[in-house]
Amino acid sequence: MGQIKINKPGLLTTVQDLGRYGYQQFGVSVSGAMDHVSARIANILVGNDENEGLLEVTMLGPEIEFMDPIVIAITGGDLLPLLNGQIIKMNKSILVNNGDILSFNGIKSGCRSYIAFAGGIEVSELMGSKSTFTRGSIGGFQGRALKQGDILTIAEPSKPLNSLIGKEVKKSLYEYSSKIELRVIMGPQDDAFTEKGIETFFNSEYKVTNQCDRMGYRLEGEKVEHKDGGDIISDGIAMGAVQVPSHGNPVIMMADRQTTGGYTKIGNVINVDLPKIAQAKPGDTIIFKKVELEEAHRLLNELENNIDIIKEEVIKEIEVVRTLNYKLKVNGVEYNVQVEEIKS
Amino acid sequence: MYEETKYLTAGDKALNMEFGNSISVEINNKIRSMTEAIGTQNIKGIVELVPTYRSLMIHYDPLKTTYQELVESLRQLEDKLESIQLPAPEVIEIPTLYGGDYGPDIENVANHNGLSIEEVINIHTSNEYLIYMLGFTPGFPYLGGMDTRIATPRLGTPRTKISGGSVGIAGSQTGIYPIDSPGGWQLIGNTPLPLYDPKRENPILLKAGNYIKFKSIDEKEYMEIKEKLKTGDYQYNIYPKVEEGDIDGSN
Repeated sequence: MGQIKINKPGLLTTVQDLGRYGYQQFGVSVSGAMDHVSARIANILVGNDENEGLLEVTMLGPEIEFMDPIVIAITGGDLLPLLNGQIIKMNKSILVNNGDILSFNGIKSGCRSYIAFAGGIEVSELMGSKSTFTRGSIGGFQGRALKQGDILTIAEPSKPLNSLIGKEVKKSLYEYSSKIELRVIMGPQDDAFTEKGIETFFNSEYKVTNQCDRMGYRLEGEKVEHKDGGDIISDGIAMGAVQVPSHGNPVIMMADRQTTGGYTKIGNVINVDLPKIAQAKPGDTIIFKKVELEEAHRLLNELENNIDIIKEEVIKEIEVVRTLNYKLKVNGVEYNVQVEEIKS
Repeated sequence: MYEETKYLTAGDKALNMEFGNSISVEINNKIRSMTEAIGTQNIKGIVELVPTYRSLMIHYDPLKTTYQELVESLRQLEDKLESIQLPAPEVIEIPTLYGGDYGPDIENVANHNGLSIEEVINIHTSNEYLIYMLGFTPGFPYLGGMDTRIATPRLGTPRTKISGGSVGIAGSQTGIYPIDSPGGWQLIGNTPLPLYDPKRENPILLKAGNYIKFKSIDEKEYMEIKEKLKTGDYQYNIYPKVEEGDIDGSN
């Protein structure tokens, strides 16, 4: 068991897992990591369950002081993480020690990083999840974003720390660019738009506005034309739904979206592309591309296979090929040195 | 209600069964039946159901089922829906303290409709209100079936904070605020029952497809209920809905 202290909270640092399912029928938002793939990878790297609670860091990273030795991994958008002022590698599990300080130095790519801690963050589950839903003060750490001086407890990992170090994802599954292509499945209300409106939607470039947060991304660009306005009798909203209210600008609904809504949804971003929008910043440009459901499911299977491959690589135990013993004498002092050769 | 239910894609992990394009008791009953019926079956890959006014959103895991398989199972279930025995909807009693500081706008409602406060309370407590769906905030019920004799427009200037448990009227709708939130409803009373309590076994008190019935209580009873809730001794009054001709109750 260990503890971490929040010296500076950053712009928005929250505890998230993969979301609170089963309560949407009661009006409780799903929440959870915006970039679910990066969150899963971070947990895999430190030997956690993929759904374990971790920190989601937004744009301006926090400063975290470690009060005990802990194994961590940082994934997602590259916010230039530093340990005691030195650049550290992303997508790799590392050991941090008592007194070490993790900070972030800016934005290189994307906008959300995930910090997983071997053992996971110890906060109680609320309605089956550790995710924070700040608007409803539900879950996570006291139902809110982290503040200066907060102390979080990290649970004891199931394996010794030194067996969890050095796990690495060599090839990232995503590159976060400021020009984003999002693949979309039509519906459920695509019939509420004119042919011209649908043509506009797929042939225009949309800009991410400043109004983008965990609830949704408001875009700006060519107006999408409705047949008869953008209001409907409220129905359910899935993650990645592209709402177009009567004003004609698309809004992509994200993790903290309300469970139901009364605006037409022209389509839905496919699951595989959600990390791309989760890592988008104001000013980034988006184009939409239509795909069929079968293609989306094929891509999803492919993504799962790639995550499985990463999992296998990470879980694979380090195999010692041979052990060599040396006696070394340095400045008159004799040392016994053991060298283990491992299989690469 | 549509002659044939529409199956609409809502991304690659959800679909909508859309039963009609209006708000009606008939459509909502069908949604409730379908929701309950799915609960009795073991359909592969279903993650979560979200019933709303006129449709049922089904979240599924495409790694465990295909869209075609799922739609096929749902269509088959829909066909035999009539033959499946489902429990009757439930009515939950909502004890409410009307007027005074607990319902500061009850006079507005009375004056607007040329009624006495007593009459407003009598009318408001006489119907069973259908919970069409929950949304907006955790546990907020969209209710149907309010008597139009107490319909009153929203406040000109919304309040910045309405305390949880407030019972209000907005136009021809009535509702309860589960948690403190801003809003423009005419407040006529307050219930001591928390609609949302994260520590309760079922954090959300209400369920779509069921009904609520308001019961007028005095301040003494209000305090007693609060006390009993604290000690865990409060017994929720829940009973099966008795079928009647006009369950909408709008006349």
